[in-house]
Amino acid sequence: MSTVLDRFGTVADPLVEINGLTVAFDGVKVLHGIDLSVARGEAVGLVGESGCGKSVTWLAALGLLPKKASVSGNVRLGSTELIDAEPDVLDTVRGGRIAMIFQDPASALNPVLRLGKQVGEALALHGGLSGAAIRAEARRLFDLVGIPDAARRLDAFPHELSGGQNQRVMIAMALAGKPDLLVADEPTTALDATIQAQILELLTKIRRETDMALVLISHDLGVISQTCDRVCVMYAGRIIETAEAQSLFDTPLHPYTQGLIAALPPLEGVRRRLDPIEGNVPEPWNLPPGCAFAPRCPRRGEACDAGVPPLAWKAPGRFAACIKALQAEPVRPREPVYA
Amino acid sequence: MLRFFFLRLGRAALTVALVVTFAFVVLRLSGDPALIIMSVDAPPEAIAAFRKAWGLDDPIWLQYLRYFSAIGQGELGQSMRDGRPALELVAERIPATLALTLPALALKLGIGIPAGIYASLHRDSLIDRIVMVTAVAGFTVPSFVLGLVLVLIFSVQLGWLPSGGQESWRHAILPVLTLGIGGAAVLARFTRSAMLEVLGQSYIRTASAKGVPWPAVVRGHALPNAAVPTVTIVGFMVGSLIAGAVVVESVFSWPGVGRLLVVSVANRDLAIVQCILLLVAITMVSANLIVDLLYGVLDPRLRSGAKAGAH
Repeated sequence: MSTVLDRFGTVADPLVEINGLTVAFDGVKVLHGIDLSVARGEAVGLVGESGCGKSVTWLAALGLLPKKASVSGNVRLGSTELIDAEPDVLDTVRGGRIAMIFQDPASALNPVLRLGKQVGEALALHGGLSGAAIRAEARRLFDLVGIPDAARRLDAFPHELSGGQNQRVMIAMALAGKPDLLVADEPTTALDATIQAQILELLTKIRRETDMALVLISHDLGVISQTCDRVCVMYAGRIIETAEAQSLFDTPLHPYTQGLIAALPPLEGVRRRLDPIEGNVPEPWNLPPGCAFAPRCPRRGEACDAGVPPLAWKAPGRFAACIKALQAEPVRPREPVYA
Repeated sequence: MLRFFFLRLGRAALTVALVVTFAFVVLRLSGDPALIIMSVDAPPEAIAAFRKAWGLDDPIWLQYLRYFSAIGQGELGQSMRDGRPALELVAERIPATLALTLPALALKLGIGIPAGIYASLHRDSLIDRIVMVTAVAGFTVPSFVLGLVLVLIFSVQLGWLPSGGQESWRHAILPVLTLGIGGAAVLARFTRSAMLEVLGQSYIRTASAKGVPWPAVVRGHALPNAAVPTVTIVGFMVGSLIAGAVVVESVFSWPGVGRLLVVSVANRDLAIVQCILLLVAITMVSANLIVDLLYGVLDPRLRSGAKAGAH
């Protein structure tokens, strides 16, 4: 399924619409006004290096950041505004409309509670179930996410399962409230490569069957490309490029995206030298005056330091925050290296 | 589970035996009871007779064997002072001590745990700071200082409460407060740090993310996890119900086990001292044993022979 962005970078009839979302910790801004909309059933990838604000965006949207974080902007789910919403409003949205799963399922599950109880809790909260119905439904969910011997696993504790199985439990728990959107925050980062593929496949399958939207947060472009229709690339607290997955990979516009793709080992064809992006992500309290990527950018010009480039329309469905982006060319493999 | 239990039980018995042995050796090395009980200027024949009567002339290993086999038969010896059975003398002091330590324990739990939880949930708030400052003070001020300060305020200045003795329940108030405040402070600190540790865990965020209301997250997800470290401290407090009031009993001249211990050590009344130490070791070790077993109940990861094997 592909979603068309209008000239303002918004999907038609958005399920969730984030506008100007800003987050600061102790006065240091880590998120500088995020605009992002997600359509029903759409799969959006959020990619960027650690610390770029991908997770913070969604933790802030759901009010899950610690109290010391100051959050401003708007996050609308239908007609409900989530920023500064009352706790009971957030509690019905969380898990019921928007569910979230996290990295490292072993620590994301409560070690002293049985898995069935942890899944059952979500069923009781959002499904209005009780007693035996909870157990039956929990069992069905365990079967759905492919946990073998589901009936017995309901009585197990997290430490008795592998990381991959625990992530399946997390997914079952997220599905319990029949959410419209699942936010998966680095769901496979802590898992083995083979398990990683299984989990991504499971997420894709569930999305196809339930028409649930998915936001996949990852630092791994490969993971994103397997799963998502549309990709947003984040850098230093801003979205710097957004496009449909295919065109983003074929013709990245922003030099940072180009760098990310150049640093990716090709799956087929001749092996080539990988080009890392030189330098480091600037610290949030020490950002350059203009474009945050400028110090590392191969095409930096004087104008780049004049101001922060806005995320601007470059072509139908394509947006990039780079004043040089129109001169961009598709990245081609450089000189092949014969090893 | 049963194997685990017997293993712990065996270790507990060994600990008690070690404590008793240690007490026996140290007490024999630290002075001659005959000289102290009979006084130094007693006629040498009387001292010799006393020594002979209590078997103090025998080699120490023989005395030790005799003592240990007597314990095995439930015989804890007689007081060298008045010849009554040591166990009887100690046992009649226990209610007085418990009359202080049990209410103090209730005070510790009733104040310390809620204060710690509250402080952790309102971290860096004014109340958190107050709780922490109080806790550090209660933690560092020795109980005899606290006891004397309370006496100075409530007995000497205000004249509200008696400063010592055991005539009525009002006499128990100051010693119970002295014991309870320090313990509550310790417990508040431990509970707070256990809660803060747990509240920072990923599974707390997971619970919130699935829509569990915050009070239920605290009750259902945070508290059961924070219970494990807290139970350790509470177990220690339960273990010191008998011997935890030595200093406070002395300050408030409360005739409990602690005072008996102090007096008996001064008098070199070996049987009594050994009897008390045995009792203390047994309570402490039993409390530890219960805590060990509770760990398994509270945290499934510490349970041996987990049910559903992990591949």
